Amino acid sequence: MNRSSWLWSISALVYAFLYVPLIIVVVYSFNDSRLNAEWVGFTLNWYRVLFNDEQMIRAAVNSLTIAVVSGLVATALGTMAGIAIHRYKPKLLPFMVITPVAMPEILLGVSLLLFFIQVMNLTLGMLSIIIAHITFCIGFVAIVVRARLAGMDESIFEAARDLGATPWQTFKLVTFPLIMPGVIAGALMSFTLSIDDFVITFFTVGVGVSTLPLQIYSMIKIAVTPEVNAVSTLLMLLTLTTIIIASKFAPDTLRGAMK
Amino acid sequence: MALLEIRNVTRRFGDLVAVDNVSINIEAGEFFTLLGPSGCGKTTLLRMIAGFDLPDGGQILLDGKDLAGTPPEKRPIHTVFQSYALFPHMTVTGNVSFPLKMAGKSPDEIAVKVKEVLDLVHLSDKGESFPHELSGGQKQRVALARGLVNRPRLLMLDEPLGALDAKLREEMQIELITLQRDVGITFVFVTHSQAEALALSHRIAVMNAGRIEQMDEPSKIYSFPVNRFVADFIGRINILQAEVLEAAPDHLRIRIPGMGEVRAPAKTGAARGQKGVLALRPEQVRIAAKIDDVADENHFPGKVRDFLYVGDITTYIVDLNNGARIEALLPNSATGRAKFFEIGDAVKVAWPKDAGLFLND
Repeated sequence: MNRSSWLWSISALVYAFLYVPLIIVVVYSFNDSRLNAEWVGFTLNWYRVLFNDEQMIRAAVNSLTIAVVSGLVATALGTMAGIAIHRYKPKLLPFMVITPVAMPEILLGVSLLLFFIQVMNLTLGMLSIIIAHITFCIGFVAIVVRARLAGMDESIFEAARDLGATPWQTFKLVTFPLIMPGVIAGALMSFTLSIDDFVITFFTVGVGVSTLPLQIYSMIKIAVTPEVNAVSTLLMLLTLTTIIIASKFAPDTLRGAMK
Repeated sequence: MALLEIRNVTRRFGDLVAVDNVSINIEAGEFFTLLGPSGCGKTTLLRMIAGFDLPDGGQILLDGKDLAGTPPEKRPIHTVFQSYALFPHMTVTGNVSFPLKMAGKSPDEIAVKVKEVLDLVHLSDKGESFPHELSGGQKQRVALARGLVNRPRLLMLDEPLGALDAKLREEMQIELITLQRDVGITFVFVTHSQAEALALSHRIAVMNAGRIEQMDEPSKIYSFPVNRFVADFIGRINILQAEVLEAAPDHLRIRIPGMGEVRAPAKTGAARGQKGVLALRPEQVRIAAKIDDVADENHFPGKVRDFLYVGDITTYIVDLNNGARIEALLPNSATGRAKFFEIGDAVKVAWPKDAGLFLND
């Protein structure tokens, strides 16, 4: 075998390793059998079961609520942080914003749990999960927004002031429209990160609240039924779509910023 | 009263004095140029006039009113930035109408004024284009139109022609002069190009290391530079080491070390024994083959080192016996002839006794 076919086979193996398990999950969600063992026949039955599973639906609603709320808040705060880092070149802020992104999730989960219980005396539940998700999403938004600003001609903003715009008008009419793609990409990333987060949610969730990843986990503790395949397939579809849309808005930044 | 009065303005960045006690009065309707090498403080001065930076000392007054407490958006001064700084997400019309919208003009008035100014800069058909669809020259014109449309009291232009190629730059120079005359708005032009400054300005302030070296009309600055920096910076000039032998009321006798004695125009303050330089414009220097042709002028022997044919003129570079090098321009009025001398020819370098300037080194 020559050099190039070697490289091709290695790439093929890597891709197989990454995607075959996902494909199997998707395929078996349509399998007409209780077991994920052999292919029996095509059915949409598991999706029907899924949509009638009240616990699952509640978990999905929780997940979406958390993802939307924490996504929006993180986007607002992260955008401000990104602009501040770019404009004032602070020494500490970049580290403070980016640390939660780089820190091991388990560490963040444990420390947030202790903080909520011992310092804030907060009853764990939706609110604690939302705050936790905002914490780790801000950094991603700040990175994307800042990267967007970094490539921009600084004199554009001075030109706006020079031509009669107040600082607020400059933000509204010039800065914000220009960073908009970064903001949208950041928002979609936050949404994705939040909706499939397991570790941090696990630590900050209270009694009686569940999210999709937690629900899936509790189900596979008993057995991996095709219903899990079905919900995983839908989650995958949602995440993929969001990422594809996000990468349309900030193609350059996402390549560098994604985990 | 001057339109813009810069009074003893100083700006420091740490130990660096970027602008050092500068005073300038700019009159209404003037095309005024700040000329100097990069880092001379001209851009800092411009930013202080625009309101993006504040002086550490001194005042800037517009129509006699101190601008110190006025933010950039409240100053009736607009800037054309070096990078044009067009808003990339707005069309040409969007860009040009921006200052009018900020000033709260009515949509009808905005439409009329935008059309007027786009006609003025020959871009009437580009109103719906976005900046990235325009050429460098067109972007330049949009930036100008945007700066002019709300008729500021003062328009500042920061190296606006720097990014254009040579031919376009020349066209834009002519357009700028015409434009400034037509609209009657005071221009403050910042450049490091002496050619642009000479061609465009009513008055030039030559800046160096934060200070103004000389401020005058272009022809005065070119013909009577006050010191070696200005002489060197404006146009091409030959510099010969010199020492005053005699300072007569109507002329100077000057010794050029290693060469001999010459005469130069009188200079106030020059005294016997003073050392300095003799500055000579290349177009004042002639070269000749025989001594008879130049007998009654200052003249030295030399040898042609090189020549540069540029069409209308040929520049000869002549080595003098003392090691100094002199440039001389000869017009090529005889058609089809590129040169009168060959490299290595022994020649006489000569200049009239009333040409040249003795300058303190």
